[in-house]
Amino acid sequence: MANKKAFHKKESRSKPLPAETDTLTEISKVIEQKHNTGSKKVEICLIVISLLFLFVMLLLPLLVVVISALKDGFTAYMNAVTDSYTIKALTLTILATVIAVVINTVFGIFAAWTISKYHFRGKQFLVSLIDIPFAISPVIAGLIFILTFGNIGWAKGLADLLGTKIVFAVPGVVIATIFVTFPFISREILPVLNAQGKDEEEAAALMGASGFKIFRKITFPHIKWALLYGIILCSARAMGEFGAVSVLSGRLRGKTTTLPLHVEILYNEFNTTAAFAVSSILVILAVLILIARNIVEYKKKQ
Amino acid sequence: MYVELKHIYKTFDGFHASDDVSFGIQKGNLVALLGPSGSGKTTILRMIAGLDVPNSGEIIIDNVVVNDIPGSKRGIGFVFQNYALFRYMTVFDNIAFGLEVQKVKKPVIKNRVKELLKLIGLEDLGGRYPNQLSGGQRQRVAFARALAPNPHLLLLDEPFAAIDAKVRKELRTWLREMISQVGVTSIFVTHDQEEAIEVADEIIVTNKGKVEQIGTPIDIYHNPKTLFVAQFIGQSTIINNHRTLKDFNVNEDCSAAVLRPRNIKLFGKNDADSITGGQNGTVVDTSFRGDYMEIKVKIDDIVLIAFRDLEEPSLSVGEKIKVTIKQLHLFSE
Amino acid sequence: MQQQIVKVKNKKGIHVIPGFSLSMGVTITLLGLIVLIPLASIALTASKLSPMEFFKIVTDKQVVSGYIVSLSCALIAALVNSVFGVILAWVLVRYDFPCKRIVDGMIELPFALPTAVAGIALTSLYVDKGWIGGIFAQAGIEIAYTSIGITIAMIFIGIPFVVRSIQPVLEKLDNEYEEAAAILGASRRRIFFKVIFPEIFPAMLTGFGLALARGIGEYGSVVFIAGNIPLKTQIAPLLIVSKLEQYKYADATAIALILLIISFLILLLINIIQVRTSKYTNS
Repeated sequence: MANKKAFHKKESRSKPLPAETDTLTEISKVIEQKHNTGSKKVEICLIVISLLFLFVMLLLPLLVVVISALKDGFTAYMNAVTDSYTIKALTLTILATVIAVVINTVFGIFAAWTISKYHFRGKQFLVSLIDIPFAISPVIAGLIFILTFGNIGWAKGLADLLGTKIVFAVPGVVIATIFVTFPFISREILPVLNAQGKDEEEAAALMGASGFKIFRKITFPHIKWALLYGIILCSARAMGEFGAVSVLSGRLRGKTTTLPLHVEILYNEFNTTAAFAVSSILVILAVLILIARNIVEYKKKQ
Repeated sequence: MYVELKHIYKTFDGFHASDDVSFGIQKGNLVALLGPSGSGKTTILRMIAGLDVPNSGEIIIDNVVVNDIPGSKRGIGFVFQNYALFRYMTVFDNIAFGLEVQKVKKPVIKNRVKELLKLIGLEDLGGRYPNQLSGGQRQRVAFARALAPNPHLLLLDEPFAAIDAKVRKELRTWLREMISQVGVTSIFVTHDQEEAIEVADEIIVTNKGKVEQIGTPIDIYHNPKTLFVAQFIGQSTIINNHRTLKDFNVNEDCSAAVLRPRNIKLFGKNDADSITGGQNGTVVDTSFRGDYMEIKVKIDDIVLIAFRDLEEPSLSVGEKIKVTIKQLHLFSE
Repeated sequence: MQQQIVKVKNKKGIHVIPGFSLSMGVTITLLGLIVLIPLASIALTASKLSPMEFFKIVTDKQVVSGYIVSLSCALIAALVNSVFGVILAWVLVRYDFPCKRIVDGMIELPFALPTAVAGIALTSLYVDKGWIGGIFAQAGIEIAYTSIGITIAMIFIGIPFVVRSIQPVLEKLDNEYEEAAAILGASRRRIFFKVIFPEIFPAMLTGFGLALARGIGEYGSVVFIAGNIPLKTQIAPLLIVSKLEQYKYADATAIALILLIISFLILLLINIIQVRTSKYTNS
C-alpha cells in the first residue's frame, strides 16, 4: 500500500512538468517567430527552390516513365508488361533479390552482433572491409566475378566441379546482386546495437544464458525495426542493380536478364514504349519501397 | 575469507587499472569499493564477476580459484550501473530470466518471482516494462533480478549513481536493510564517500589501481593511513607547513598534515567560554551550510576550515578570535 | 603469505557473451567468399601485367579521357549536390509546408529507383525533343549525349547522400545555439555562416565524398544519357564494360584498378577529415 501511495505522489509531482515545458516551448516559439519574421521571404524562396529542384530532378523522370509507357495506349502497355520475357525477367529479379536479402540478412546480423558485442583487435578494419562494396563501381563488382569464375578465372575449375556455370548464367546474376547489397543490412543494425551497448547481454550471460537465447530474447527486439529497414533498402537496391548484373549476365534473353536488363534491351532495340512500360513496374516497386521505408522509419523512431 | 583477491594486475592498453590488488572479504559482510572515477574500482568488481579477466593474480571465491570459471558459474548476482534491465521484457520476465535459464520449473519460478516482487515492494508492477518504471523502481527490479537465482555473492556497480539525490537517500537505507535481511555477502562500487560510510560494514579505498586502505567506516575516518584517504574521506584542510601552527611543532619529517574541521574549536569575543592559550586567528569568510556555519579562519598564512554550531554567537568577517586544534593527521608522502 | 604471482594464461577469446567463435566465423567466411576473395582476383590479374603494359593501358588516350569525364562530371555533380543538399536539408528540418512528409520521403527515390530506369527517363527528358531538352535546344544548348547530361544523371543519383548526411546534424543542432548568437546581435547571414555552417560542414563533406565516389563509379543511370562518344562522353566504367565485351580482360582490370584506387583515396580522405572534425564535435 505504501508503494501505491508513493506512486501517486510521483504522478502528481510530475504533472506540472509538461505544463512547464509547454510554456518553455512557447517562449522559444515566440523568440523564433520574432527572429523569423524578417526571414519569411528567405523561407519562401528556399522552399520554392527546393520544390522546383525536386520536381525537375526527381518527379519529372517518374512522370516521363509513366506517360511514355502509356503513350501507345493501355493495350500496348499491357502487352509489354505481360510479355513472357518480361515475366521471366521479373521472376529472375525476384529470385536474385530474395536470395540476396536472405544471405545479407544472415551476414548482417552476425557481423553487427560480432562487432558490437565483443572486444577484439582489428574491429575498425573489419568494419571498413564490410563497406568495400559501397565504394566499388558496380561494373567493377561484375568484373571481379568474371576474373574469378570466368574463362580466365582461377576458380573456374571450382565452378565446373559444382556443375554450374557462374558467369553469363543465373548464379552470376545472383552473386553480383549479393555483392552490391552486401553491407546494407549490417550497416543498418550496427549503429542500433552500438547505441544499445552490451550491458543487457552481459547481464544475461552472467545468468548463464546461451548465445542464441541472448540473441533471440534480448538483442533481437532491439534491432527488429532496423533489420526490416535494412531489408527494405537491400531489396530496393537488389532489384534495381544494373551495372554488375549487366557485366555478368551475358544478356541471354529470357534466361539471364533481370528487369533492368530487359529495359535496356528493349530501349536499345528502339522499342521505347515497351521499355518504359517495363520500367513502370520497377517504378511502382520503387514507390512501394519508399512508402514502406517511411513507415518503418517512423516506427523505428518510436 | 569468503572472497579473496591475490596480487591482481590488470592493464587496458597500457593503463594500469589494477596494480597489485589484494584484499579479502568476510562472509556476510557488505563491503564498499570506494574511490574516485578511474581508480580501478569497477574493474575489480567486473573481474570478480568474470566480466573482465586479470592479467595475473588469483581471484578466490569460497576457497575456489575462479579465474578460469565463467561468470555464470561463479554463483554471483550482478547489478549493473544502469541496471541493464531487459528492455523488451516485463518486470516479471526480467526477474524470472535467471531461473528460466537454469531450467527451473515454471510454478517454482512464479512463486520465487512473486516472493521477490513482494520483498522489493512492487507486487503490482510485475506486468510493466522497465521504461514504465521510475529510477528507484528500476533499481529495485535490478536488485531482485540479481537475487532471483539465490547468489552467494552480490555485486553492485554504482547502485545509486543513476538515481536523483532525493530518492537516493531512501534507497540507501532500503538496500542496506534488504541485504541484511537476505544475508548475502555483497560488494558495491561507489565514488561517494558519504554513501560508503552510511551503507557499508567495511570500506576498501582504491586510488590509481591500488588499494589504499581497508577498514570499517569509523576506523577509516579516524585513522586514515594515507594522505589520499584522509582527503577523500570526510572534509579536511591540507596544510603543508604545519610547523607554523603552535603546539604542533613536532620534529617529524612530514610533508603534509590534514586537519578535520571537527577538530578545530573557535573562541569568539562574545563566546561564553574563553581560553587563555590557543592561537590567534582572523575570520576570513563565513557561510551558512544549513545545519551549521562553515568558517574560514586565517592563522598566519594558513587558511583553515572550521564548523560552528548555530546556537553559538555568530562570528563576523575580520573578527580576531582564538583557535584550538585537537588533532592533526601527519603524512610523510 | 606466499608472494607468488600466478600468471594466468590469457586464454584467447575470453568473451563474456557466448557465441564469439561462431559469429566471427560466419562473418569472416561470408565476407571472404563474397567480397575479399573475388576482389583479390583483380590484384591477381593485374599482377600478371608488366608495369610497362599496365602503364600503356591506363595512359591510352581513350582511357585517360574516360577518367577525366567520369571525375570531372562527378566532381561538378557533387558540388551542385552540396549546395542543393544544404538547402534541401535546411528546408526539410527548419520549415513547415504542405506535403513535407512526402517531399522528405521522395529524397530517397534515386536509391529506390533502378538506375537503368532513371537512365532512360533522364535521357528522354533531356534529348532535344524531350520536355526539358526541347527548351534548351531552342537556345542552342544540347544536354543529352554531352557531359552536361552525364553531370545531370550524376546529380540525380547523388542527391540523397548529401541531404541524408546533413539532415540529422541540423536536427540535433540546438536552437539555443542560434538564439544565443541572435541575442548577441548577429545578423542572420552571419549566424548561418559563422554558427550553423561550421556545424554542418563535416556532414556536408561526407555527403560530398559519398556522392563523388558514387558518381565516379556510376554506370546504369549515366550510360544512356552519355551517348558514349569516344574521347568525349565515354565514362570510365563504360570503358571497362566495352573492354570486357572485347574479351580484353587485362585491359579492363587495369582500368578498374585505377578507378578503385581513386574511390578508396576519396573515402580515405573523408575518413581522415571526419576523424579530425569529430575531435571538436564529440566533446
